[in-house]
Amino acid sequence: MPIQRDDTLTWIKDCAKAVEEKSSYLTELDAAIGDADHGANMDRGFKAVLNKLPEAGDKDIGTIFKTVGMTLLSTVGGAGGPLYGTFFLQAGMKTTGKMELNLADWTEALEAALDGVVMRGKAQPGDKTMVDALIPAVNALKDALQANQPINKALQLSAEAAEKGMEATIPLVARKGRASYLGERSAGHQDPGATSSHLLLKTASLTWKDIS
Amino acid sequence: MKKLINKPENVVREELEGIAYAHPDLVKVHFDPNFVVRSDAPVKGKVGVISGGGSGHEPMHGGFVGIGMLDAACPGAVFTSPTPDQMLEATKAVNGGAGILHIVKNYTGDIMNFEMAADLARGQNIEVESVVIDDDVAVKDSLYTAGRRGVGSTVLAEKLCGAAAEQKRSLKEVADVCRKVKDAGRSMGMALTSCTVPHVGKPTFDLPEDQMEIGIGIHGEPGRTRMPLKSADEIVEMLMEPIISDLPYKSGDQVLLFVNSMGGTPLIELYVTYRKAHEIATKHGLKVVRNLIGPIITSLEMAGVSITLLKLDGDMIKLWDAPVKTAGLRWGI
Repeated sequence: MPIQRDDTLTWIKDCAKAVEEKSSYLTELDAAIGDADHGANMDRGFKAVLNKLPEAGDKDIGTIFKTVGMTLLSTVGGAGGPLYGTFFLQAGMKTTGKMELNLADWTEALEAALDGVVMRGKAQPGDKTMVDALIPAVNALKDALQANQPINKALQLSAEAAEKGMEATIPLVARKGRASYLGERSAGHQDPGATSSHLLLKTASLTWKDIS
Repeated sequence: MKKLINKPENVVREELEGIAYAHPDLVKVHFDPNFVVRSDAPVKGKVGVISGGGSGHEPMHGGFVGIGMLDAACPGAVFTSPTPDQMLEATKAVNGGAGILHIVKNYTGDIMNFEMAADLARGQNIEVESVVIDDDVAVKDSLYTAGRRGVGSTVLAEKLCGAAAEQKRSLKEVADVCRKVKDAGRSMGMALTSCTVPHVGKPTFDLPEDQMEIGIGIHGEPGRTRMPLKSADEIVEMLMEPIISDLPYKSGDQVLLFVNSMGGTPLIELYVTYRKAHEIATKHGLKVVRNLIGPIITSLEMAGVSITLLKLDGDMIKLWDAPVKTAGLRWGI
């Protein structure tokens, strides 16, 4: 059975929980090469999402994602607000009217989300940003789709790809965002944005682990 | 963490409530979304000048809302850019029909949030121009960074553009003043200590007692180099030389010299800094015709200074001298 509307609500709630748990860790990563606010900002945003979610709870998946996007946009601030706001808004556009998602739908939604993030932040692969976690994740989904993998297996592969992408940001010198001001000193630290992106995708693979 | 706060998550709101009580003659404070507008906004037929950014830099920006300076300021969370809905509502609240200028500091988050706000405002038939201030010579301006940060020149742009708007100049003319400041201003800063973001509870970076950080921004982000602490005169030289060599300042140029406390550095040390900066400028043949000294663009309680040089022409001097009535700057009125 594909991913149901209620499953997406569970995923968003699990994301809020995961972000809360990892808030200090994300902020710690950000303190090393940025401005020490990523965890707190994401946590504030997802808490606002939890308050807003009941309004969209009986609507289609597109409306749910768009509600998440608009809420993050108006509560997160910093670079994370427009980027994660755009991420969910674009995923929402792709899933307008849908009450369930098969693997192709989810892959398309995530690809649209990635394209939106690239358009908004103008980051290229290797710039040490969230894009470095998202690109391998989307590619892994496409491969899994081609290989007719079940949804849970595909999600697991995409989360693992995001994790590798996230870890691969450690040696990189940042070329976008506040970390880029540090030049060479940004190398040796994991990118906080790539880390939060991986967190959302890992949460998806855990929340939807029984969906095949 | 030792701070005069109640709860970290309430700091910005309680600060705004304090501003509302303190300055009802100057400003009105709106909550949810948060923004500060001058008390007589919107002023019909006048360009609205808006800036915004994370909190923790006080008096910038809310302390510069009032006659002759900003029409509105949008405060974000501490060190976090405000959101597009705040900026859109502020833009609407000060729209007097002559257009709106957004003065944006060059940070990735600020740029993206202001861009989205400007798009939304244009969608509601409000004319918006944006000028991005990027004056920090500590950052190499290249394809491989987010570009130079917006620091000291921002407040100078707010003063000059506010004065130009008060004279009912057109949106293009006010934006031209801003672009002039962007082109003719350069800054660099340093830190003696780090600072503690309230919701983080510990210093953003560790800086040992005998070390300093050169080329810092205004968000407690580490700078480009760390080195053993030196004397004030040596430090000022390390800041002034890159500033002076970056702009083609010519002997005889008139400049404004701005020495800014990062929050924790007292006035006595600012004057020690100013003394040497003034001497260096004079040695290069620059005429320091105006100055600004004080905690203007702070990073919470960070100890340290930034220095800004702005080359002035006759019009800019007149705009600088024009009356201003805000919580942070006030003269001629």
